[in-house]
Amino acid sequence: MAMIELAGKQVEVDEDGFIQDPEIWDKELAEALAPLEEVPTLTEDHWKVVNMIREYYLRTGVAPMIRKLCKDTGFTLKQIYELFPTGPAKGACKIAGLPKPTGCV
Amino acid sequence: MSFKPPGPKVPQREIKYDEVRIYTDEEIHNYTEEELKNFKIKYDIPMLEELEKGPWPSFVADTKQLALHRRKLADDRVLMPKECAEDLLGQLQLSLEHGETHWKHGGIVGVSGYGGGVIGRYSDLPERFPAIAHFHTMRINQPNSKFYKTDYLRAIADLWNFRGSGCMNMHGSTGDIIFLGTTTEQLEPIFQEMAHVLNQDIGGSGSNLRTPSCCIGKARCEFALFDTQEMCYEMTMHYQDELHRPAFPYKFKFKFDGCPNGCVASIARADISFIGTWRDDIRIDQEAVKAYMAGELLPNAGAHRGRDWGKFDIQREVIDRCPTKCMALEDGKLVINNAECNRCMHCINTMPRALRPGTDTGVMLLFGAKAPILDGAQMSVCLIPFMKTEPPYDNVKEIIEKTFDWWMEEGKNRERLGELIQRMGLPKFLEVLGIPPAPHMITEPRSNPYIFWRAEDVPGGLTFDINEYRTKHAR
Ligand code: SF4
Ligand code: SF4
Repeated sequence: MAMIELAGKQVEVDEDGFIQDPEIWDKELAEALAPLEEVPTLTEDHWKVVNMIREYYLRTGVAPMIRKLCKDTGFTLKQIYELFPTGPAKGACKIAGLPKPTGCV
Repeated sequence: MSFKPPGPKVPQREIKYDEVRIYTDEEIHNYTEEELKNFKIKYDIPMLEELEKGPWPSFVADTKQLALHRRKLADDRVLMPKECAEDLLGQLQLSLEHGETHWKHGGIVGVSGYGGGVIGRYSDLPERFPAIAHFHTMRINQPNSKFYKTDYLRAIADLWNFRGSGCMNMHGSTGDIIFLGTTTEQLEPIFQEMAHVLNQDIGGSGSNLRTPSCCIGKARCEFALFDTQEMCYEMTMHYQDELHRPAFPYKFKFKFDGCPNGCVASIARADISFIGTWRDDIRIDQEAVKAYMAGELLPNAGAHRGRDWGKFDIQREVIDRCPTKCMALEDGKLVINNAECNRCMHCINTMPRALRPGTDTGVMLLFGAKAPILDGAQMSVCLIPFMKTEPPYDNVKEIIEKTFDWWMEEGKNRERLGELIQRMGLPKFLEVLGIPPAPHMITEPRSNPYIFWRAEDVPGGLTFDINEYRTKHAR
């Protein structure tokens, strides 16, 4: 596992750049992860998606399925990809500080 | 989901290898037979070398050639570590010794704007095999029916040698060209180069619509009963979002076979199989039937010649082989009871000059095939035995979309359509599609008919108490 510097902290990430310890996630870390996924700054819309994923994950232990994500945030799949060009699984989940999703999104 | 009008076909870009080539002829042919014979990769691979024995082609021999070729290229002429082919063989040997794979499970990598088409692959022994620490797969949307020009093949081979391992698979079981092995940094440049220079899209992976594929159809085949290439193209273009941005419970495949011979095996592999069929009568040329019987025409267009099978016997080889027993010879004339024919193609394949499918052609739709994962393999079931359709195929899209909507609503994570149909029952799915049950929908309508009853269909109503029933009929 590699260590990278994010928001002034040394953070352990896996080979795809997902943080290993979801506990250490905070807003600053999300903002530092965002540019790595082609998101220059996190807008309110980005946060809506990130927060939904985060809350769902903390509640259930897994990432939400895409349809659930679209339904709950009110965004279409297209809008999600406009917000997160690298996709919900790779981009949005990474920024939301989830460990690598094995299932869906 | 909404209907899009069909766009004009994207004109095909003419690719000239000389304009896009990366390597010189000397670099491509950079070793001699002699060198290959004496070439040793840097690992001992005795178990793999077993696989080189015998008369068959071997991926081990191929990979060795690739290893030698890469070793002899200058260092700055490849962007993926040069020794990847050698490390690949080294790791595989070790995996065989250990009885388990040394690829890690999963990996999420991708290209900008797409959620599929790239599969992350990492070695779990990156220190030992550094050249394949990353070895991601890319799926490339093959052209319809896999027609290629050599210029195109050379161009992709150069690109993949330069930015990837050089190792590819023509084709994966879904139909894509598979690029095997590159690093994360190279994914985006390859994607950009493919899209903007080679005019080539990548395919599907993960929980999305997988790259649709079709048989050679009207391009070459006399049996094609609808234009498989046209329909495959339209569906690929229409469902771009579904193809590139995974939002399904699991994978979903479309396959288009021009006739029931099923050359892309749609019935075995596709969640929706589209198979060409006809609803009028098989056309019979009685003169040609006589010519087959007299041995003047070779059965199966001569496909079995070269061995003595004895004289052609129409009774034994055609009439008795008809699965529905709907053929007979009457006064030297072949007669077919077309109402009983299930379009198996056997008689037509055997005597193509004498028998041809009818002229009122269309497609049948079958649903729910899959390869074995949880419950074992499953063939798709015929729910729409015949429909007429024309580009842009709106009536077919309507059915597809009803299917998508239901599956996305009800399907569990990683549940294929066929499994959902099994779990919820075929009657439920028929209701979703809005079609009445019919004898075609069961495997053997002629020997095993059954009927779906729902309480509201029974005149006067039906009351049925399972508990009361069980008091008399123990399980
Ligand atoms: S499926 Fe039928 S139409 Fe298509 S290539 Fe095979 S024989 Fe020809
Ligand atoms: S196509 Fe098959 S079922 Fe139909 S008549 Fe020929 S052999 Fe019989």
